[in-house]
Amino acid sequence: MTLLGEFSLWAAVIVGLWCAVISFSGRWNGRPELAATVTRSTHALLFCLLAASLALWQGLISHDFNIEYVAAYTSRNLPPYFIVSAFWAGQKGSLLFWAVVLSLFGSLAQTLTPRRYSDLLPYVAGVTSAVVVFFVGVMVLSANPFDRLAFTPPDGRGLNPQLQNVGMVIHPPMLYLGYISITVPFAFAAAALLSRKLDTGWIHAIRKWTLVSWLFLSIGITLGMWWAYVELGWGGYWAWDPVENASLLPWLTMTAFLHSVMIQEKRGMLKRWNLGLIVGTFLLSIFGTFITRSGVISSVHSFTQSNVGYFFLAFLVIAGTFGFTLLYTRWPLLEAEASLDSVASREAAFLFNNLLFVGIAFSVLWGTLFPILSELVRGNKITVGPPFFNRVNVPLGLLLLGLTGIGPLIAWRKASPENLKRQFFWPVLAGLATLAGLLAAGMRDPYPLMALALAGFVAGTIAQEFQRGTRARMRMHQEPLPIALGRLIGRNRRRYGGYLVHVGMLIYFVAFAGMAFKREQEATLKPGQSVEMRSPFGHTYRFTHLGISQYEALNRIVTAGTIEVTKDGKSDGLITSEKRQHVDSFKRPTFEPSTEVGIRSGLQEDLYVVLAGVVNGTEEAVYRFNLNPLVWWVWFGGMVLVSGGLVTMWPGGGPTIRTRRPAQAGYEVALDGRTGGQADRRADGTAASAV
Amino acid sequence: MERQPARFDMAGDCTRRGFLGAAAGAVAATMGVVATLRAQGEEPLAGQGANGSLRDPTVAGRSRNPTSARDNDEAIKRIEQRLHCTCGCNLDVFTCRTTDFSCTYSPELHREVVALYDDGKTAQQILDAFVVKYGEQVLMAPEPGGFNLLGYLLPGVAITIGAVVLALVIGRRERRRSLALVAAAPGAPGASGAASSSDATPEELERLRRALAEVDD
Repeated sequence: MTLLGEFSLWAAVIVGLWCAVISFSGRWNGRPELAATVTRSTHALLFCLLAASLALWQGLISHDFNIEYVAAYTSRNLPPYFIVSAFWAGQKGSLLFWAVVLSLFGSLAQTLTPRRYSDLLPYVAGVTSAVVVFFVGVMVLSANPFDRLAFTPPDGRGLNPQLQNVGMVIHPPMLYLGYISITVPFAFAAAALLSRKLDTGWIHAIRKWTLVSWLFLSIGITLGMWWAYVELGWGGYWAWDPVENASLLPWLTMTAFLHSVMIQEKRGMLKRWNLGLIVGTFLLSIFGTFITRSGVISSVHSFTQSNVGYFFLAFLVIAGTFGFTLLYTRWPLLEAEASLDSVASREAAFLFNNLLFVGIAFSVLWGTLFPILSELVRGNKITVGPPFFNRVNVPLGLLLLGLTGIGPLIAWRKASPENLKRQFFWPVLAGLATLAGLLAAGMRDPYPLMALALAGFVAGTIAQEFQRGTRARMRMHQEPLPIALGRLIGRNRRRYGGYLVHVGMLIYFVAFAGMAFKREQEATLKPGQSVEMRSPFGHTYRFTHLGISQYEALNRIVTAGTIEVTKDGKSDGLITSEKRQHVDSFKRPTFEPSTEVGIRSGLQEDLYVVLAGVVNGTEEAVYRFNLNPLVWWVWFGGMVLVSGGLVTMWPGGGPTIRTRRPAQAGYEVALDGRTGGQADRRADGTAASAV
Repeated sequence: MERQPARFDMAGDCTRRGFLGAAAGAVAATMGVVATLRAQGEEPLAGQGANGSLRDPTVAGRSRNPTSARDNDEAIKRIEQRLHCTCGCNLDVFTCRTTDFSCTYSPELHREVVALYDDGKTAQQILDAFVVKYGEQVLMAPEPGGFNLLGYLLPGVAITIGAVVLALVIGRRERRRSLALVAAAPGAPGASGAASSSDATPEELERLRRALAEVDD
């Protein structure tokens, strides 16, 4: 099967190159018969890479340890679901995963894109195929997953214990899907620039793709936080690690794009900016891959250092030059069709929001690269860790949270003072009431205080939007509250789905603020001994060490410490934390012992217990106990955010003929029919923009 | 032909007491053996390990020393959270020593911090001592001074400049538009009747503006 895999990879290179060449040359030379074969070529490329993937799966499942990749990442006693994740656990397999998924997306883009954008499709195929060829090229030249060993070991090394977690089965593919799908919007942007079809067509064509990318990135980042929390054992979920930062960068610029693209759709403005954001987002996704795979910056998440980093650096330079040169040459064609009317307008609020998103992205990128810059300039190695990022980014994050509440309150074009007063009154009151309540409760830490007060303001904004919309529906259509609310969301999915995303974000911020109050303590306990901790919510927890047990599981020998918990004097069950010594099928140790955290998750706080070790081989154990407030809300916020994204991208939801007509009639009556032409024109535009 | 008793037929030569005694002994011995075998096969319950010792301590990770009060000292913890562990991880000393239990560097660095703290050194003096010994990279974040200020300030400065420029540009366009509207208004000096694109009255335009604002809301 490895022969089939090797052959398929080379076939993919040839088919991909063919596809890229005919896509561009067929389009440029006006030979539609060549362009017509493009779609079939993208399918053929997908077929080649699926064959290569099947060959690797076969090697993994059949324990063909003569394949170096299989021997490095699996063992005979590895549970089957982790054999699945071994496909993308290593450098080489993940490159194949990237290539096959990108070719799938490229193929889907050809199939699913409406025919009215068919002029763009050959270029789209050309760009996606060129990127696939790059990834397959890296594999065949430097990181071939089908490389064979000179001998066949009796068993493989197995999967890194930290990767033997259900989060790692889902988290990397989700993040990869986010990274990979960014290529499609980039391809459409490049196609629009190459074909000079720079109306809003390409924006409509990529709307779903950008949302898909954004959703996958959001899910991937949240699952990554969850994995870090339950698996790494340090008690938190975000450490500003370079690889974490690399995943955040394209998410930030993509989020900026999702906001600014609305201005282009409604007003024909920010065309250059939006194209720049798409090109930048694609480059940042490649930059993230470069960071993860090059070893240029040390990270707990990175793959083994290898020379593939040079390929990615070269590709980054080429793609950046291609994207920005293209943008530069089409600059005069990208004039705005309107200009901003006022600082007090939603367009301006979106611009400031974009400035902040891109500013935060720059700040994270700057912090990630600053050690390299410092070493280049001063010859001094420095560390840029969480204290730096928190100091620089927390104020920016709070500003962004504030803008999340301000944006929806300001009218398009220009808001009058009366309008601003009416819109801001209740949300500001909600924010101030939250602030007063927290101060009265004795909270004095400035950042959590501001975060929670701003969250109150944003919650007020969103509640007001839902309340007004629902009330209007109830009044106009005589609908009961639940139906009015359901239809309000269902018929304005983009707007209210967006608000749900904002709800998710504010839940995130509240949960992040909660971690400022975490408690942690180390204790050495003999069986029967206990330690007491008081939580920020006023509960008293007693942790009693019951003892240590040892047993064998499928591919590991487990040393488990069991803790009995009481909360305010009442029994609250048992928590177990483990040390795991992974072994191969011959019972030989494969990795250093790893730690499995014991977590009891609750709405108020998580109990987080880590067995640090045992004293001199006895049952006397050293534990770390953490009380982590509001962590559950991080995961819940992620679910709300993703739900909002799904509502936003769900098909349909626009105005129906029945709902559109009364709106137009309303304007005509209001103007007494005398300025009907102007009113019709405006009413169409406004009605379209309101949904 | 007389049948010979079987050699194994011992009952005929054995008294009832002897037989019962032997049977009881056999049952007791069997139970003892079974109990011993079961005890050997069973996992020790939590907290009931033989003599409080683990069956195989080698698989339980690096042996730990009992924690001391110093390990939970808030002041020491705050200092350690500003120091980068030198083991190659990206964690601070406190987080590394309480997370990566195979790391031998962070416990040693912790001992150094405690020793300096016990010598009466302030937090800043301890950090300075570490910088002298391990270089600037031992700090989790560079001191905000000199070239490092660029790292701290550039993002904020860039965003502030961007916001100011944006506000100025939008404001200038807004003023230009207002002036143009005033100049084009009916009755304004130099304005012609054709400048008005609509024959709507000001009241009607105001109603339109309000209606549009409602839809925009």
